[in-house]
This record gives sequence, structure tokens and C-alpha cells, in this order.
Amino acid sequence: MLDFSIIVDYWDMYMQGFGHTVKASLLALLGSLLIGIVIAVFRIAPVRPLNWFGAAYVEFIRNIPLILVVFVFFFGFPALGVRLDSFTAGTLGLTVYTAAFIAEVIRAGILSVPKGQMEAARSSGLTYLQTMRYIILPQAIKIVIPPLGNQFINLVKNSSILGVIAGLDLMYFGDLISSETFVTFDVYIFVAMFYLVLTVPLSLGVGFLERRLARSR
Amino acid sequence: MISFHQVNKHYGNFHVLKDINLHINQGEVVVIIGPSGSGKSTLVRCINRLETITSGELIVDNVKVNDKNTDINKLRRNIGMVFQHFNLYPHKTVLQNITLAPIKVLGISEKEAKETAMYYLEKVGIPDKANAYPSELSGGQQQRVAIARGLAMNPKIMLFDEPTSALDPETIGEVLDVMKKLTKEGMTMVVVTHEMGFAREVADRIVFMDQGRILEEAPPEEFFANPREERARLFLSRILNH
Ligand SMILES: Nc1ncnc2c1ncn2[C@@H]1O[C@H](COP(=O)(O)OP(=O)(O)OP(=O)(O)O)[C@@H](O)[C@H]1O
Ligand SMILES: [Mg+2]
Repeated sequence: MLDFSIIVDYWDMYMQGFGHTVKASLLALLGSLLIGIVIAVFRIAPVRPLNWFGAAYVEFIRNIPLILVVFVFFFGFPALGVRLDSFTAGTLGLTVYTAAFIAEVIRAGILSVPKGQMEAARSSGLTYLQTMRYIILPQAIKIVIPPLGNQFINLVKNSSILGVIAGLDLMYFGDLISSETFVTFDVYIFVAMFYLVLTVPLSLGVGFLERRLARSR
Repeated sequence: MISFHQVNKHYGNFHVLKDINLHINQGEVVVIIGPSGSGKSTLVRCINRLETITSGELIVDNVKVNDKNTDINKLRRNIGMVFQHFNLYPHKTVLQNITLAPIKVLGISEKEAKETAMYYLEKVGIPDKANAYPSELSGGQQQRVAIARGLAMNPKIMLFDEPTSALDPETIGEVLDVMKKLTKEGMTMVVVTHEMGFAREVADRIVFMDQGRILEEAPPEEFFANPREERARLFLSRILNH
């Protein structure tokens, strides 16, 4: 039987960790979505140097382990004279890393919008960026909601990387509580439950959105 | 209004437009016909630079289409285009489809854009569909929305690339009727179509293309009664007796 007195005694710590995990996830979600859209548009815009930049970003970032991306911000930036606290460094690393995956998802979505949409919009005098914004992206987003949802769920789970650099998240406080109580299994089960509190609604929410969009076309 | 001077276009090694010379005056209705793959769509799509030319000169509304300094978005305001597959925006209502460009490109107010949109929806005969989504309309209705969308920019030229080819036979007529109305109002029109009845009735000139070349250019009476080119004759006999 799980020792529920731990969660009662250490409630404040769990909540602090939970709060930081939520905050890191939300910030990284917004940030990686924005960067991901920009990189995706870079990859397909009719401008060669942007294509190269976008491809380099994706291939470089998604092919190295997340922890190394986080280390760049945590250890690398101070070497350049930019000091980041561990929460910020971890969240930035998570953002930059997830953006590479989101860029690929969005790019696939953009490419699945029929070519005629771009042609109709451009021939009415809209600029490339206006066409992206009003015509292509809104349609692409609907197509990519399910894979995007998966990326967001991964993101929430990956935010546990903050624990490695003392980023004050759930994982960090889990470690702390475990070292104070000398209990491991129960402590981490409670940590897992807090993650589920975030990821299960996210997963259900994505399913709901998917069904609603399917109806509205 | 539209002038091709010795225009050539290649897709890689493939020579799709060969020495095109074509002059279309304001208010003229030119119908382009020819076998599949002869370059009709490519020719029309050069006019608003959906395709770029390889050599020669193309002038539309006194602007060199392929000049580096040409603001293509500005030129495109004056050229409406209607596609075979309508290409309506599926996530927007009929009204939003029509008002988007006037609001974003011309910068007119939403209220004015809506009034203009309703005017053109009346004109194409489906004002009651203003708040429907494209997927709720028949093919003929969608194409009429596409025409209204083009007209709402108040263009000087309308391009049509096989506007009725994707339609059921019963709805072809309603789209052709709208187009006929336009020709009477003096719109400059370039139309790719297989509708020979339409061509005969409203075209000022028929342009016959084959293998990337313009083989014959003539008023419809002359062209249909007595095509000069053997290949044009062959094409006509096939299309009229199918
Ligand atoms: N993007 C492209 N790349 C290479 N070849 C192309 C491309 N687009 C068209 N072509 C070729 O150019 C030729 C002319 O095409 P186009 O679409 O202009 O013909 P069309 O006269 O409109 O034919 P249809 O009646 O079938 O619409 C065809 O042989 C086609 O295969
Ligand atoms: Mg064609």
C-alpha cells in the first residue's frame, strides 16, 4: 500500500514542483509552437537561404539528446557571459528542442494543404505571408492537431529534464523528498500521478478538439 | 491590355510555350482551345505570374509582368482568376471567401467589403448562401462563388482555366450564364474551355494551341466554319462529335 502520509507531509514541495512543471510546460509549449511555425515556414518558403536555415535547425536539434540541448543553455551560455537560472535554462532548452519536432509536424501539415489554395490566395493579391496566415496555416493546424497533441504530451514529460539541472520542477522535488524520506517507490509514484494530472486532460482535450474540428471541417 | 511578345517557357528540358505572340485588347473575350497538354493553362497562368516565362516579354495592364521591379501583388489585384477546381477556402464561409482579399489587399472596411460581396453574390444568383461553407454547396454554386470572389476585387481582367470541366452537366449552364453576363459588361476575359457553344456565342476571338504553339487565331464564325489548320480541324471534329 502506498504511504499517503508522504504526500500530505510534503504537499508544499509537490505543489511547488507541480507549479514549475506546469509553468515550464506552458512556456515551452507556446514558445515551441511559435518557433516551430516559423521554422516550418522557413523550410518551405520560396527563399533558399531560409530553407537551408530551417533544415539545419531541424536536423541539428532533433538529432542530439534533449539533455545536451539543455546543457548548452545551462553551461554554455554562462561561458558566453549570459547567466541563466536553472529553470530558465531548462525551459529554453525544452522549447528549442521541441520546436524542431513541431516544425516537422507543421511542415507536413502545410504540405498537405492543396496547392490550389496558395494559388487562389496569391492570385487575389495576398502576399506570401498573408496567405500563410489566413489560408494555409489555419487549414494545416487542423490537420496537425493529433500529432501536435502527441508532441505536447511529450513536452510535458520531457520537462522532467529540469530535474537534472535543479530546475525546481516535479522531478527535482521528487528527488529531494526521496532523499529526505529515504523512500523511493512511493515518492515517485506520486510524482507520476502529478504528471498524469497534466497529460491525461491534455490527451483528452486533443481528442475533443480533433472531433470538433472534424465536424466544422 | 495583355501582350505576349515572343514568349517562351521551359520546364527543365520541356519546351511548353513556343514563340507566343498574342495581343488582347481591353474588353475583349478570348477563348483558348486545344488538346490536352498543349499549354493552355500554362499560357493563362503566365498572365498573373503563377508561372514565370523563360524568355520574351509579357505586358499586362502596361506592366512588365516578369520585371524585377514589378510589384506582382499590386498587378494581381487587377486580375481575377477562376480555377477548374474552384479552390475556395474550405475553412471560411462564402462571405469570408469573398471579402478576404478586398479587406486585406485593398484595405477596405469589413462593412463595405460585405456589401460588395453581397452585390456580387446577387449577381451570380446565390445571395442565400452567404453564410454557408463551400462544402455545403454544389459544384456549380462553388464556382459561382469563385467568380464572385474574383469580381469583388473589381479587376480589369478575368482569367478562367476550364471553369466548367469539373462540373456536373446540369450545373455547367448556370456558370456559363454568369460568364456570359460578364462578357456583356465589357470585362476583359481569357477563357480556357472545351465548351464550344460558349466559345461560339461570346468569344471575340478563338486561339487554338497545339504543342505549345498558337496555331490559329480567328473570330469564332470564321474558326468554326473554316479552320485553316489541319490540326485545328481534327481537334474540332473530335470535340464536336464525341
Ligand atoms: N510543373 C510542371 N513541370 C513540368 N511539366 C509541366 C508542369 N506543368 C505542366 N507541365 C507540362 O506542360 C504541358 C502543358 O501543360 P498545361 O497544363 O499548360 O496543358 P493544358 O493545355 O492546360 O492541358 P489540359 O487541357 O490537360 O489542362 C503538359 O505536357 C504538362 O505535362
Ligand atoms: Mg489545363
